[in-house]
Amino acid sequence: MSTIPIFADESWRLPSRGRVGMLSLIVGESGIFTIFVVAYIYYIGRSTTGPTPRILEVPIFNTVCLLSSSLTIWLAERAIEHSFVRRFAALWALTMALGIEFLAGTAIEWRTLIFEDHLTVRTNLFGTTFYSLVGLHATHVIVGLIGLSLVMIFTLLGRVNRAHAERIQVLALYWHFVDAVWVVVFTVVYIVGR
Amino acid sequence: MADQTLPISGPLGEAYPSRGTWLEWLHSWVVTVDHKKLGILYVVYAIFFLLVAGGEAMAIRIQLAFPHNHFVSPEVYNELFTMHGTTMVFLVGMPILFGFANYLVPLMIGARDMAFPRLNAFSFWLTAFGGLMLYFSIIGGFGLYGMGSAPDIGWFAYAPLTAKAFTPGHNTDYWALALIVSGFGTLGTAINIIATTLSMRCKGMTLMRMPLFVWLMLVVSAMTLVTITPLTAAQVMLLIDRYLGGHFFDAQAGGSPIVWIHFFWIFGHPEVYILVLPAFAIANEVIPVFSRKAVFGYPAMVAASVGIAFVSMTVWAHHMFTVGMTSVGNTFFVLSTMIVGIPTGIKIFNWLATMWGGRIHFATPMLFATGFLFQFLIAGLTGIMLSVAPWDWQLHNSYFVIAHFHYVLVGAIVFNIFAAIYYWYPKATGRMLSETLGKWHFWLFLIGFHITFDTMHFVGLLGMPRSIYTYEPDRGWNTLNLIISIGGFIQAIAVLIFAWNLIHSYFRGKEAGNDPWDAWTLEWATPSPPPAYNFATDPVVRSRRPLWDLKHPKDPDWKYER
Repeated sequence: MSTIPIFADESWRLPSRGRVGMLSLIVGESGIFTIFVVAYIYYIGRSTTGPTPRILEVPIFNTVCLLSSSLTIWLAERAIEHSFVRRFAALWALTMALGIEFLAGTAIEWRTLIFEDHLTVRTNLFGTTFYSLVGLHATHVIVGLIGLSLVMIFTLLGRVNRAHAERIQVLALYWHFVDAVWVVVFTVVYIVGR
Repeated sequence: MADQTLPISGPLGEAYPSRGTWLEWLHSWVVTVDHKKLGILYVVYAIFFLLVAGGEAMAIRIQLAFPHNHFVSPEVYNELFTMHGTTMVFLVGMPILFGFANYLVPLMIGARDMAFPRLNAFSFWLTAFGGLMLYFSIIGGFGLYGMGSAPDIGWFAYAPLTAKAFTPGHNTDYWALALIVSGFGTLGTAINIIATTLSMRCKGMTLMRMPLFVWLMLVVSAMTLVTITPLTAAQVMLLIDRYLGGHFFDAQAGGSPIVWIHFFWIFGHPEVYILVLPAFAIANEVIPVFSRKAVFGYPAMVAASVGIAFVSMTVWAHHMFTVGMTSVGNTFFVLSTMIVGIPTGIKIFNWLATMWGGRIHFATPMLFATGFLFQFLIAGLTGIMLSVAPWDWQLHNSYFVIAHFHYVLVGAIVFNIFAAIYYWYPKATGRMLSETLGKWHFWLFLIGFHITFDTMHFVGLLGMPRSIYTYEPDRGWNTLNLIISIGGFIQAIAVLIFAWNLIHSYFRGKEAGNDPWDAWTLEWATPSPPPAYNFATDPVVRSRRPLWDLKHPKDPDWKYER
């Protein structure tokens, strides 16, 4: 019978707790989104009155902005890994600008829907499900932006360097998740549901 | 090979600074981020609410002891069963399991704390304030005039009863908000346990060497991630309906109350497994130690736990056979529910095989664990009966169902929680619980349990529905209901003995020492109670039973394990 002893000097590697924690959070968040997406799909075409999803304009520019922010944040992650702090700051600011543009675009879209098409949460099932699903996603964009701006503040104070690369990557994971969820929301709301 | 050591920490002088004033002592508990203190806080919090919700159950049993009884008003009765269910699941079951996980997981894997200690404290306080918020509804939530104000919608809060039109006032909002808040706490703890288990293990603690307790807590936490979140989402929808005039569950505007039922049970059924898997986790530690044998079929136990986690996600609609699903839907959920019986059966046989031929020592923890084995088997069998859709059509929402799930929740989970407290109390406090009081507690509780819940099956078969305020004397349920209530009070006496034992032994109990049960997992290598840093030097393990290896250097486990 052979034995497989473990020696103290054997290399002992464990996954990063930050990544594991963030991935777990993402799995949990996916649960919340799944329920809202399922409700949205189930209630497509079940409204008894009022505006239908036909009134929606497909937010192509918004989508391009949000999805490209995943690219810019990835470039920022690489920049800080190689200690290019200025390039990191620029890319990080760009990422935030793209996120803010997305929120602004959503705000303009909602303004049109509310004041011109008279669609609110109260109007019909479409309104209820639309605002809650898109609003849930927008809330996540806001939370992500709060996280990003914290890093931005520390960067401007000159406190961020290569040692923080891993933490920044953990935060970036969340941002990637927010972008990935938009692909699902976009498909469901603006392609399948419309 | 000089690495084969397990550090038994030195003198305790430095580890335990003097307590200081009462205020300093209180402050140290409020600001603590130590996983052991937080674990104790969770358990104490859960035991407090166990007594509260137990009191509610007693009031329900007094009301039902005689036909046409008027011990409480019908409105208060609705609040009692709602609060009893909600409290037991969310303020007793979940916190106590996370309490044990908090206390034991880092110790068992040789870590100094959880992966995120501050998140850990934050999660506890969220859970704690969630519970306080639920009970604040009694003074804060204005119901209809004269109706009292605690939530009265049942713990599953079926739509459309929760609509603003049918439940005005704020009691439903307290229910939803309190559970959303404590749900976020639960989510935080689950993330923490996963990160701790995967990223904080000491050298040599490979996944397949982790104690089964840790394995099951990992599985439970992973399930929590995808189980609590649907409830949170559904409760947010409920609040959107109630406050923003949404129509998610509003049938008049095209919404569907059935969707709420689906969403609730997508949470609700895996939740049962989230509660019962920690009970299995406890049995996995207690049964081998008191049988003096290594657990039988470790890999099969791990596989069965993971299997239960996956299958349990696909069974929720067996709560909904009477809703009127298609026969394909019914058949699917009948079959998936029956499949759960396979991994749970594997577990039961493995525990029996662990005990088989062992030198069984029936100390109080082992008594409770043995009671669990027997009762969980019966609970599983009535579960399989109820999984058959036609049988469920007959007995849905009857006391047979109540008896079945109390057999799981009390007969399996509460029994193992007691086992765990008797088993680990010496570690947490440094003193043994009284065995004499423990035996009284066990036998009274066992007898009371069987008087109550065995009889409940029969009133259920005789047609008594759940959640009814009172009943006519000519239904033939009178004697049985009285017997059920008497059994309930025997259990209450047992629990009071237990509470007294906890307090009394804290001051007068026998000194425990490091390892009173001659056990094998790492927590017993630390002093009792363990110092804040747990291990003076990081342990190194080479098998599933590191303390066995230490105690038996000539016959260590790592020679046989692969």
